[in-house]
Amino acid sequence: MTDIREHLVVVGNGMAGCRAVEELIARDPHRYRVTIFGAEPHVNYNRIMLSPVLAGEKTFDEIVINDAAWYVSNAIELISSDPVQAIDRVAKTVTARSGRSVSYDKLLIATGSDPFIIPVPGKDLPGVISFRDMADVDHMLAAAGAGGDAVVIGGGLLGLEAAHGLTLRGMKVTVIHLMPTLMERQLDEAAGWLLKSALEARGQTILTEAHTAAIVGDGKVEGVALKDGTVIPASLVVMAVGIRPSVALARDAGLEIGRGIKVDDHMVTSDPSILAVGECVEHDGNVYGLVAPLWDMCRALADGLVERHSGYRGSVTSTKLKVAGLDVFSAGDFSGGDGAEDIVLRDASRGVYKRVVVRGDRVVGAVLYGDTADGGWYFDLLKREEDVSAIRDMLIFGQAFASGGGAADPKAAVAALSDETEICGCNGVTKGKVVACIGAGNTTLDAVRATCKASASCGSCTGLVETLLAVTLGDDYSGERTVKTMCKCTSFGHDDVRREIVAQDMRSIPEVMQKLTWSTPDGCSSCRPALNYYLLCALPGEYKDDQQSRFVNERLHANIQKDGTYSVVPRMWGGLTSPKELRAIADVVEKFDAPMVKVTGGQRLDIFGIKKEDLPAVWADLNAAGMVSGHAYGKSLRTVKTCVGSEWCRFGTQDSTGLGVKVERMTWGSWMPHKFKIAVSGCPRNCAEATIKDFGVVCVDSGYELHVGGNGGIKVRATDFLCKVTTEEEAMHYCAAFIQLYREEARYLERTAPWIERIGVEYIRERIADDAEGRDALAARFRYSQTFMQDDPWAARAAGDAREQHAPMAVFTPIDAAREMA
Amino acid sequence: MIGEWLDIGWVDEIPVRGSRTVQVTGGDDIAVFRTGDGKVFALLDRCPHKHGRLSQGIVHGGAVACPLHNWRISLTTGEALGEDKGCTPVVPVKVSAGRVLICRTSVLKAAA
Repeated sequence: MTDIREHLVVVGNGMAGCRAVEELIARDPHRYRVTIFGAEPHVNYNRIMLSPVLAGEKTFDEIVINDAAWYVSNAIELISSDPVQAIDRVAKTVTARSGRSVSYDKLLIATGSDPFIIPVPGKDLPGVISFRDMADVDHMLAAAGAGGDAVVIGGGLLGLEAAHGLTLRGMKVTVIHLMPTLMERQLDEAAGWLLKSALEARGQTILTEAHTAAIVGDGKVEGVALKDGTVIPASLVVMAVGIRPSVALARDAGLEIGRGIKVDDHMVTSDPSILAVGECVEHDGNVYGLVAPLWDMCRALADGLVERHSGYRGSVTSTKLKVAGLDVFSAGDFSGGDGAEDIVLRDASRGVYKRVVVRGDRVVGAVLYGDTADGGWYFDLLKREEDVSAIRDMLIFGQAFASGGGAADPKAAVAALSDETEICGCNGVTKGKVVACIGAGNTTLDAVRATCKASASCGSCTGLVETLLAVTLGDDYSGERTVKTMCKCTSFGHDDVRREIVAQDMRSIPEVMQKLTWSTPDGCSSCRPALNYYLLCALPGEYKDDQQSRFVNERLHANIQKDGTYSVVPRMWGGLTSPKELRAIADVVEKFDAPMVKVTGGQRLDIFGIKKEDLPAVWADLNAAGMVSGHAYGKSLRTVKTCVGSEWCRFGTQDSTGLGVKVERMTWGSWMPHKFKIAVSGCPRNCAEATIKDFGVVCVDSGYELHVGGNGGIKVRATDFLCKVTTEEEAMHYCAAFIQLYREEARYLERTAPWIERIGVEYIRERIADDAEGRDALAARFRYSQTFMQDDPWAARAAGDAREQHAPMAVFTPIDAAREMA
Repeated sequence: MIGEWLDIGWVDEIPVRGSRTVQVTGGDDIAVFRTGDGKVFALLDRCPHKHGRLSQGIVHGGAVACPLHNWRISLTTGEALGEDKGCTPVVPVKVSAGRVLICRTSVLKAAA
């Protein structure tokens, strides 16, 4: 007997196609005759579980969702290993690769996604694979069996899973990721950094901001070449940079396509007889690559097919994942933004980071790392748009605390901890010990730190210790520390932060923010430049300067003016210049139509009114005449002012210009806590005004008097006399040592004058004049640091570096404006 | 027929926690920002205070600090944050398939 039921043909034997059929059968098992085409030689398996198969935690049989018996018992015809290649919408037939043709009444397209292959040379070499199906896993297992090096391109979820599996299988794995942080779609910078550190600790090499230039090899893969020229050896390359909705079949059939196959609320395409579901569709402008939306779609589709219209309304997504055994969770909108407040909890010793984003008493987003137990709860609050004002204080501690009712408060939560609870993980101090320490008369945080060492190391338990002080002492607790914090993002002061950066060998801004429990996700315009400087100073040659943490002047190597143009000051060593330099400057002024040139107080020329777009060309012209950046824009060495000295002046005692030029050659290019000015005067008449400079030299018959801490700004301060030396070499040596002391110990944006008033000139004399060994060490550190600093930033820019900073992204001429100009 | 959205380029042409500009002939530039978590925003490139170029400021969280006097401007609403009062026009922007699109009407307004 022929089956007179309508024939539903499903293209795609994956999770979406089969789930849709399951939903349909659950509603009306007899309504359709069903045929499913699959490209792979398998029954429907759980694609998400390919990672555990690769890692050796599961077998293929364990990840099968619908076994052969399911197809048989539901009278579904499965045509595997035979992908559909064409749809004839007029005849209502599909044709598969084998030539087999089947007619349909309803067609369901569930082709899922195709891996995105980046178009680099060598992408087709044997040994370059994606991570999408069982065949890819088999390929990886075979490669791992032979051992050697693997490169995974893509630091998203899929790439990291592949890297983890290959690492467990014994390969040496390098992950290449284009973006600055791993899994940037799901995680914020802080969580991404934690993930990177954890993976590195497992032996993987993670390269961020790395651009793949080519895959190299002769007949098979031998390595991956990066744009910076590095070549990483590899016998296997896994490309996991992303997926694209698989729409080729639908497009060829003439269906409406956006980013995916366009469907309505019942998953019907532009052809009413054809439906589509899963990762291949675009619904209301959205494309989904997760499982939960897919289930929602299948429900809506099945309802539609049996005429019980419910409709798909889009999905709010959350991601709770174990990446390589590490728990991460994210949901909703964690971009922050307006009216959004971040509640952040960091526990450095346990490697936990939690961030809940609240807007107008509603949870709108969450990122969790290390402890994701409350992810579901936050997601639930988010979806239900529940008013959290009553539990807000406790929200970040999770459901167990926050559900404690109206009586719950953070102090009670801490008071309720048992005496055995470890408060300070670094020093192994329990709550009982801290309370005993407070009871013994240590009634301030500093006293507790000094006595029982709680919160004396990484400081992440500072809040807990302060709460214990408050709980134990009640009204007797005098309150928070008096140390001024760096900014509102942290409870630490500048000195604490610097000390810990060095003590804990911290190497990046996100690392500092995590270990020192920053309360904001990526800092503010006060702390970011400070941290960038502290790291730069602590790790010369190793730390990669973060351009986005610099003020505009230091990013563009010129001084922004109030009209948005820039001023340019080339360096004139010791205030000396030449016809060639002056000609080049004059040419630049004319060529770029600079409205003003001014002689500065630092004995050089300032060219005003240069447009951002013209800066590289200006620098190229100045470079061509042998001039480099004058750093008139930086927290760095500005000028070395000189007088003419013994070479010309009848009063001159030493060659002050010569010494000035040498000092400037030694010190230019160094980044400092604030701007730094030097002067060398040839005699005590002091024409170079050396006694209002950060470091001043006054030459006398018998040698060189060294002065420090002067300032001619808002608050004029004459220098303090440091000491007298007899040779030029000594003067330069002491200068290097003093600058390094300032670089290492002053707070960011603190000039030498207030710094010396804070610490006292005696201290400077002890370190620079009295302690020869210390002085040598300081000077050596300065000279070492300078080996990395004395590259002219203008030359790099003129050669095309960071070109995008100088050019608009796009230019628009509205039609009306174009007409007016015509 | 002219579409409502102007395609200005790839999203990764904008540095993370940074900004690029769109130059509008006869009008104010538009600053297009990309935050630490990859979201894209656009404002008129003009601080409500002294017309500083917001595109040159430090981007942190969902705000930008003006390079001239450190006013903090919300990237979502264009409003000055904290004690300061003032507002910069917001330009609707969206990202589609990696391309950044800005609202044509707002661009025309910037030129007017």
